[in-house]
Amino acid sequence: MSQATTHAPHNPHLEPGEGEAGTVREHHDHHELGFLRKWIFSVDHKVIGLQFLFSGLVFLALGGMMAMAIRYQLAWPWRPMPGLAWMFPATGGAISPEFYTMLFTMHGTIMIFFVMIPLLTGAFGNFLIPLMIGAPDMAFPKLNMFGYWTMIPAFFFILLGFFVEGGHAAGGWTSYPPLSTIEAAAPGSLTGQTCWLMGLTWVGVSSMMGAVNYVTTIVKMRAPGLTMMRLPLTIWSLMITSLLQLFALPVLTAASIMQLLDRTMNTGFFTPTNLVVNNITPDSFLYGSEGAAAGGQPLLWQHLFWFYSHPAVYILVLPAMGFTSDILAVHARKPIFGYKPMVYSMSAIAGLGFIVWGHHMFTSGMNPALGMTFMVSTVMIALPSAIKVFNWLGTLWGGRIHLRTPMLFACAFVSMFIIGGLSGIWMAATPVDIYIHDTYIVVAHFHYVVFAGSLFAIFAAIYHWFPKMFGRLMNETVGKIHFVGSFVFTNMTFYMMHQLGVAGLMRRTADPYAYDVYQHLQPINEFITISAFCMFAWQIFFVVNFFHSMFWGKRVGRNPWNAASLEWDAPSPPGHGNFDKQLEVYRGAYEFSSPEVAEDFIPQTRKV
Amino acid sequence: MRYLFALMLLLVPILGVWTFVEADRWQLWFPQNVSSFGGEIDGLFNLIMYMVAFTFIVTEVALAWFVFKYSANRPGKGVFTHGSHKLEMIWTAIPAVALLFIAFAQMETWAKVKFESNFPKDGKYTKEKPIAELWASQFDWRVRYPGDDGTLGTVDDLERSYEFVVPVNTDVVFHLRSRDVIHSFFVPEFRLKQDALPGHTIPVWFRAEKEGIYDLVCAELCGWGHYKMSGRMTVLSQADYDKRMADIKAEWFSNGKEQGQ
Repeated sequence: MSQATTHAPHNPHLEPGEGEAGTVREHHDHHELGFLRKWIFSVDHKVIGLQFLFSGLVFLALGGMMAMAIRYQLAWPWRPMPGLAWMFPATGGAISPEFYTMLFTMHGTIMIFFVMIPLLTGAFGNFLIPLMIGAPDMAFPKLNMFGYWTMIPAFFFILLGFFVEGGHAAGGWTSYPPLSTIEAAAPGSLTGQTCWLMGLTWVGVSSMMGAVNYVTTIVKMRAPGLTMMRLPLTIWSLMITSLLQLFALPVLTAASIMQLLDRTMNTGFFTPTNLVVNNITPDSFLYGSEGAAAGGQPLLWQHLFWFYSHPAVYILVLPAMGFTSDILAVHARKPIFGYKPMVYSMSAIAGLGFIVWGHHMFTSGMNPALGMTFMVSTVMIALPSAIKVFNWLGTLWGGRIHLRTPMLFACAFVSMFIIGGLSGIWMAATPVDIYIHDTYIVVAHFHYVVFAGSLFAIFAAIYHWFPKMFGRLMNETVGKIHFVGSFVFTNMTFYMMHQLGVAGLMRRTADPYAYDVYQHLQPINEFITISAFCMFAWQIFFVVNFFHSMFWGKRVGRNPWNAASLEWDAPSPPGHGNFDKQLEVYRGAYEFSSPEVAEDFIPQTRKV
Repeated sequence: MRYLFALMLLLVPILGVWTFVEADRWQLWFPQNVSSFGGEIDGLFNLIMYMVAFTFIVTEVALAWFVFKYSANRPGKGVFTHGSHKLEMIWTAIPAVALLFIAFAQMETWAKVKFESNFPKDGKYTKEKPIAELWASQFDWRVRYPGDDGTLGTVDDLERSYEFVVPVNTDVVFHLRSRDVIHSFFVPEFRLKQDALPGHTIPVWFRAEKEGIYDLVCAELCGWGHYKMSGRMTVLSQADYDKRMADIKAEWFSNGKEQGQ
């Protein structure tokens, strides 16, 4: 509120550090930085956002390819992979069972920790927060730079794991001990698991730095007149997400360091006494190298892991909800229906998110009375989600909807989030979960939320804010083609997994057809696999559109969508320091179709 | 174009509901239920399904309809409203009641299946005197029967791998244990799943109401061979069960395992 001075060209938050290094105090809007300073060691939030965006998209492609290999095995188990047979000489070209466990472990890990979290909070958090609150940069630009640079060791370790003896971690993305802590238990637990833990710890450090920065920036650096209740919902969602990370991440970091100690220093946090793994007798546990102290509790890891990773699920979806809210309002030319209920329901999701982790452990052997408690809190978290859906529908109602590509993806988010949200109620219900726990209905559920939901919101956000990032529009026709195929094939891929789950099909099995009870499910898995291949191939329309438009797209001015929030007051793309004029905010970000003025929107900075 | 996009959104609830209606015919639905509490679990699943289906259809159709109707070329501006307190109250209160109803409807069945205080106490098998210990390890199942004295951990214990034999129409309690990593006992036809936790002995109960042979599936990732960690659940009539136990005993002791060894 008191930051009016920060909009002058001299940014007090940037100057001191740079002043020490050089003799000349630099002016942000006049100087030219070299390639390294501008694109690699950048302290500019927009560049750091793009760094997160590009690395996230690269890992998205990697994680997607792993998903394709998983789908191939599920449709045609143990058949040589066409064109990829050279990768698996030992098995005659087919995926081996240990490779399969590694594949789904790393698919989950990469998609969650290296794609969705970095894209949602890293890329869009960085790019949008200062622009949407009218600030020249983050509160701590150098910390922001370190936030990306701590991702580099994370990338290193997570990629290194693929090349170590025994292959990468293969204990599932949840890495339950003792499978993950005892080297003899799985090939991936030799060295791969250590790489996995190191990678995750570094991601955690990066997210932590980002979260501190986001909260500080949003609380302290809003443009004059921009009260908290005038913030765009994207900013609210990123603020709440950052608070979730601040409170939950230390627990994951501690837990992964404890597992690291179990693996390397022979502590016994998670490893019980008297195990016989792979014909290694208890004696060798006592005197050998593994879990010598023992006496640990495998359930402790599950509690600690899910204490972070359940809030992490909301980290994966809250920003997507924020983007969707903004995009729906702009392209429907309507104010957000129920702005305050939207803020409160996001806060409620975050708050309840901390007391529902036990629903991942209903069948784990945890006290069943606890399961009852967690069921009630989990069922109730559907309430704020429902309120948000109703408010999105209310926002569309009576609008003047422009069906541009970002809007299509945002509507698809609503459509598919409904599916993912509703199927969650089955999982929350403890007796039903006894049956469906770890079946494909769970796979359907979280892919509808994270893939069909959040990733579609990310696509929407890329199409929507691309003009601000690069000063050019993405091609509308190609965008629509991308949307139609993605929407159709995504549903074809994931919808029938619900029925597979009801039929009892287990997830994480390399060859479910070894069981009589699952044999008849193979044709439907073939259908899903072919759909998944089509969906993956269809993304070529996005890749081509993205890179082509970056250089040759149609140039646009500051506000191509006639949106009302502050980022559209900056040039496209904004220069160093973002805004070239003094900002003063008079209203909320959703004054569309207001009868006060002739146009159908009032920018936040316009005084009427 | 708006026809296409609205139709795509409308197809979601239409095809979505259709696949659920047809699923049974395509054999993509619950396998037969054999346990005493499985029917209740299926019933609760269906209860939630109907409530969810109602919400699903209403919201998805509204979404498709709004996209269709309000993307038409209409003169003037949109409706200028920031929301409605009354509507917010309605669509907070009604789902809240519905969700609480769902939560409370679950509790009885959950307590019946999992609470140790509700385990069978009067029958032949109890928490203290289980029918057997079921040991999970990479990648097989082993059953240890207590033998004639009915006590586990004595010399007349019988061990058998792969196949777990139980009598029909009897409350059965067994102890689930793991030698190495976490596994999970899952028999789809029983609607029963319980993780086997190393370092813990977890009592589990069920009552199978139909004779037959069912797949025993490991439902928790336990290593590279997880997919092949299969077992067999054999439910026999009491007479056949007694006969089979005698066979198992004979086989066990003829394998060079003498009493007192």
